[in-house]
Amino acid sequence: MEYFIQQLINGLTLGSIYGLVAIGYTMVYGIIGMINFAHGDIFMLGGFAALIVFLILTSFFAGIPVALLLLLMLVVGMLMTGLWNWTIERVAYRPLRGSFRLAPLITAIGMSIVLSNFIQVTQGPRNKPIPPLVTDVFQIGGITISLKQILIVIITAVLLFAFWYIVNKTPLGRAQRATEQDRKMAALLGVDVDRTISITFIMGAALAAVAGAMYLMYYGVASFNDGFIPGVKAFTAAVLGGIGSLPGAVLGGLLIGLIESLWSAYFSIAYKDVATFAILAFVLIFKPTGILGRPEVEKV
Amino acid sequence: MTASTETGHPNVLAKAVREGVFAGVVAFLMFLLFVGIETYQDINNALVWRTRWGLLAIFVLVAAVSRFLSVGFIKPHIDRRKLAKAKSGVLEISEQKSFFHRHFLKIALVFLLVYPFLSLLIVGKQGSLKYVDNFGIQILIYVMLAWGLNIVVGLAGLLDLGYVAFYAVGAYSYALLSSYFGFSFWLLLPMSGILAALWGIILGFPVLRLRGDYLAIVTLAFGEIIRLVLINWTDVTKGTFGISGIAKASFFGIWSFDAGTTNNFVKAWGLSASSVYYKVFLFYVILALCMLTAYVTIRLRRMPIGRAWEALREDEIACRSLGINTVTTKLTAFATGAMFGGFAGSFFATRQGFVSPESFVFLESAVILAIVVLGGMGSLTGIAIAAVVMVGGTEVLREMSFLKVVFGPDFTPELYRMLLFGLAMIIVMLFKPRGFVGSREPTAFLKERRAVSGSFTKEGHG
Repeated sequence: MEYFIQQLINGLTLGSIYGLVAIGYTMVYGIIGMINFAHGDIFMLGGFAALIVFLILTSFFAGIPVALLLLLMLVVGMLMTGLWNWTIERVAYRPLRGSFRLAPLITAIGMSIVLSNFIQVTQGPRNKPIPPLVTDVFQIGGITISLKQILIVIITAVLLFAFWYIVNKTPLGRAQRATEQDRKMAALLGVDVDRTISITFIMGAALAAVAGAMYLMYYGVASFNDGFIPGVKAFTAAVLGGIGSLPGAVLGGLLIGLIESLWSAYFSIAYKDVATFAILAFVLIFKPTGILGRPEVEKV
Repeated sequence: MTASTETGHPNVLAKAVREGVFAGVVAFLMFLLFVGIETYQDINNALVWRTRWGLLAIFVLVAAVSRFLSVGFIKPHIDRRKLAKAKSGVLEISEQKSFFHRHFLKIALVFLLVYPFLSLLIVGKQGSLKYVDNFGIQILIYVMLAWGLNIVVGLAGLLDLGYVAFYAVGAYSYALLSSYFGFSFWLLLPMSGILAALWGIILGFPVLRLRGDYLAIVTLAFGEIIRLVLINWTDVTKGTFGISGIAKASFFGIWSFDAGTTNNFVKAWGLSASSVYYKVFLFYVILALCMLTAYVTIRLRRMPIGRAWEALREDEIACRSLGINTVTTKLTAFATGAMFGGFAGSFFATRQGFVSPESFVFLESAVILAIVVLGGMGSLTGIAIAAVVMVGGTEVLREMSFLKVVFGPDFTPELYRMLLFGLAMIIVMLFKPRGFVGSREPTAFLKERRAVSGSFTKEGHG
């Protein structure tokens, strides 16, 4: 039982990270109907930004408080990836809006290749380890909970609430939802569609950056090809939860995290990615709308 | 309004300067951390950093200048040309074609047939190894893969991101069956094709209901599952170590290319020992396989099944309403595409003599799909050109050792291969979203065959 709860906690932590990345997929898919293939690499960029900020700060201010350090890593990472994703959307996706369906997917795949190889070229192909940031560990019964796990879950919850608020209660969120439903009509009613889409990309990237920084904090290592597998898993999470649905993305992320850690604990660690991919295939085949998604009406 | 579109006008120039400065600022912020700072491990293996302001300045300057040029000069130029074209009333697709254009296919085929001998004549045996193997065979493998995928994506409109799975099935079928049972290449070539086609049906069956992006993601998942199984099923596939020492193909069982055998090709013909003969032989094998793919594709397009594929791509609901069996139509597309992937896979295994899961990563699928889309989906010529440009281009990059003189001895052009490949994908898509071959000739037509612009068709060939 204790082992099970331990795995549950590990799964929740991992799932929070996937959930944050999944929100970016789901928001972009909801608003312009494209799979932003480069989103996983944006997540990787966020991790690298946090890593570099960490290195600079610790070399200049040796005794910097960990909380401030973490906050700065997150904020700089969010700004950085927000800018990157804004530029990417502006350069590679916007000109192809309204072109045939495959075109933005191809540029997104190209962008994914470019981003990971860009980091490989500029920062080197080796794994980048950092010393552990948060080391406190709590023992409750036979269960070990580390402070970083608690931090990850709390930050995810706070961000999820903030974003849920933005999407549901603010004029910006209204514009986003309007654009999602009908881009032309929204434009006619005075919604600045281009701006709304840009902001959506920035928001998604900021969340991915947080996830990237926390991934770095959790595993203590960053690598240029960290984007692909977590990216696909986050996409799986978005699909599982119902693409286009914000709570669905987080729910899906948590489920994927749980399945992954339980699978590794009870079956085989070698096939954990197979499990994720198999779930992705099963969900799409049997319930393409996901858990919380709306059914898509097929029109002639 | 017309005056302001001309270059040299202060408004345009002022705008260009503004945009250029803005791009520079954005680039500065974007690259500040990733380019301006380099992280590396010192002697104690601790991660440290140093600054690279010079490189950062280059990045910023390039961004600013290129934005300035594109807003100030290139865009007005393109606009003016478009305007002039619209005024003169010349259609984008003209009837006038040059000699080269009209006979392009014949010229290309003749060139390919004499290519190995040309290279032998010009650079000799040792130099030909590179030109025949790295350029010729490598490009032709991708041409074949892309033509195979073209059946699924370009003709049937089913977006497949896991095509490399069938390539892997073909390669491993040959590698395993030849090393465990000792079957020959010529027996296993059709067998790998059949096995891959079978897998095409197995994987195609569950995804029949899916379309578009969802289909793409499921096929991606299947591709990854097959790769992960190959990595983890170590008893059979030897995992990441891969299978080495795969048998070479023989000259249809008459002559062998293995050194030391009695019916050695080189000995039988009294030639001096060199591996170039085997490469030339392989070149013709893959060329023949490519031609087979092209022939089958062209013939199938004229058959009811090919017409059904294209109809399916344009409108699935209309297809079903007209009584086309979408299940068999989709499955045959998957199976046919997969079969050619399997052929290419077994050829790849015999050419390398070694297969490992490393060769079948998602990136390969992306590269093949990129070639299909960049070539202009459905157009065999366009795809072949795209394969030459993209694969040949990255191979050429490997050869550019003179760049070491420019950028210093630490410069390794190979590292930039995929970076440039990705950039090329984006740039080609931005400027030619319909691919290199933008016009289409319909297979079914009333009275006369007329080419139409690719923009009029939904996904690919029309």
